[in-house]
Amino acid sequence: MSRGALLVLADGRFPAGGHAHSGGAEAAVKAGRVTGAASLGDFCRGRLYTAGLVSASLAAAAVLGVDPVELDAAADARTPSPALRVAGRKLGRQLMRAARATWPSGELDALAREFPKGAHQPVVLGLVARAAGLGAEDAAYCAAYESVSGPASATVRLLSLDPFDATAVLARLAPELDLVADRAVEAARRVVELGVDELPCASAPLLEIGAEAHAGWAVRLFAS
Amino acid sequence: MIATGVRATARIVAREDGRGGTALPVLEGDGPLALRRTRATGSEARVMLVGAMSGPLGGDHFAVEADVESGARLRVGSAAATIALPGQAKGESRYDVRIDVADGGELHWLPEQLISVCGSDLRVTTRIDLAGSARLVLREEQVLGRVGEEPGRLTSRLTLRIAGRTVLDQELACGPGAPGGWDGPAVLAGHRAVGQLVVVRPEFTREPPAARMLGECAALAPLGGPAVLVTAVAADGLRLRRVLDEALASLG
Repeated sequence: MSRGALLVLADGRFPAGGHAHSGGAEAAVKAGRVTGAASLGDFCRGRLYTAGLVSASLAAAAVLGVDPVELDAAADARTPSPALRVAGRKLGRQLMRAARATWPSGELDALAREFPKGAHQPVVLGLVARAAGLGAEDAAYCAAYESVSGPASATVRLLSLDPFDATAVLARLAPELDLVADRAVEAARRVVELGVDELPCASAPLLEIGAEAHAGWAVRLFAS
Repeated sequence: MIATGVRATARIVAREDGRGGTALPVLEGDGPLALRRTRATGSEARVMLVGAMSGPLGGDHFAVEADVESGARLRVGSAAATIALPGQAKGESRYDVRIDVADGGELHWLPEQLISVCGSDLRVTTRIDLAGSARLVLREEQVLGRVGEEPGRLTSRLTLRIAGRTVLDQELACGPGAPGGWDGPAVLAGHRAVGQLVVVRPEFTREPPAARMLGECAALAPLGGPAVLVTAVAADGLRLRRVLDEALASLG
C-alpha cells in the first residue's frame, strides 16, 4: 500500500462532495439533540458503531474483490431511509467522478456503467482504494473516519462550535476508530467466504428518522 | 450444579383448508412457548402465543417457526409482553423467529412488546422469507427496562427477504455492554421504546407509499420491493404502540 495515496483519499479536501453533507448532524442539531462538544461526541460515537461500521465493512469487502453489485444491494437493505439511499448514491457518483480522474481503472469504469445514477458511496470507496493500490484496512479506516469527520465539521458551522473542540472530539474517538476498522475488515473477510449476509447491519433509528425529517425541510444548510 | 438454559421451539403451519378457511396442521408449543388457536374470522386462522413460564432467562434459547402456505391466512398475537430476565445460567439468551410465507399467503404477526429487564442479556433474530405475492404485517416493539429501571442488554436483528432478495437487514444493539453511543443523539437519545412495523403488499410494486414523517420520532419509508418500514422511537411502550397503530391505519 501507499501511505501517500491513503492521505490523498482520506483528505477532507478530496473533491468528492462530502462537505455538502452533515451525516445527520443538521437534523440532530435542529432537534436539540446535539448542542455542543459533549453531545457531538456521543452523536459521532453512535454513528461510528452503526452507519460507520456498515460503511467500513462494505468498503473493505469491495477492496477484497466481493461483487460490487451484491454489496450495493446489501447497502440498500441496510439503509431503509430513502433520503439516505439517495444521499449515499449521490456521494458515490461524486466520488466516482473524482476518482476516475485521479486513479483511472477499468473496475471503476465498469461500476460507473452498471450504476449510472451512482452506487452507494462505500462500495465506490472500496473500488477506488483498490485502484489506488490500497488495502481493505485502508478503505475501512477512510469510511469509518468519514462517518465521524463529516458530522464534526458540519457541527462547527451549524453551532459555531470551536473547531478545536470539534477536532478534540475526533481525536478522542481515535481508539474506537481503530476498533471499528478492525471489526470491519474481519467482517469483510467473512463476506469473502460466506457471502454478504455476514456484513454488519447495525442501525441507528434516529439517524434514519432524522434523515427523513431533514429531507422534508424547505431550507437547509446541508444536503443530508 | 450447572445451570443450563431451557431450549424450546414452537411451530405453526397454516394451510388453506379448501373450504375458504385456513387450517393449522401443525400447532406445536414447547415448554415455555404454548400456542392456542383462537376463534377464526373469515378465512383467517388466529393463534395466540401464551408464555407458560417466565423468560427467556439467561441461557434460554427459544425459537418460533411459522410457515404460511400458499393461499393461507394467519394472524399471530401474544397474550402478554415477553420479558427478558436475568437468569442463573451464564451467557446470553436467544429468541429466534423464522417466518415463511408462500405466494398468495398472508401473515399478521403482532406480538406484544419485548421488555428488556435490568441485568438480562438477550439476542433476538427475526428472519422473514416471503414469496413474491405474499402479504405481511409485522410489528416489533422493544421496551428498554421496566418503569424507572436501566435496561438489560438487547440485540435485535430483523431480516426481510422477498422472492429471495434481501430488502431489509438491520440490527439494533442497546443496553449495558452495547457498542458506544447507543443511547446518544444518533441512535436512541434517551427514548425507552423503539419499534418497527413492516408491511408487504404486492400492490406496493405499482404504487409504493411515499416516504413520510409520522410526528417527530417516526418515519415511514418504502423499501426496495413491495414493502414499507415504519421506524419509531418513543418515551414508552404505550406511546410507541399509538404511533405504530396510526401508521398501519394510514396505509389503509
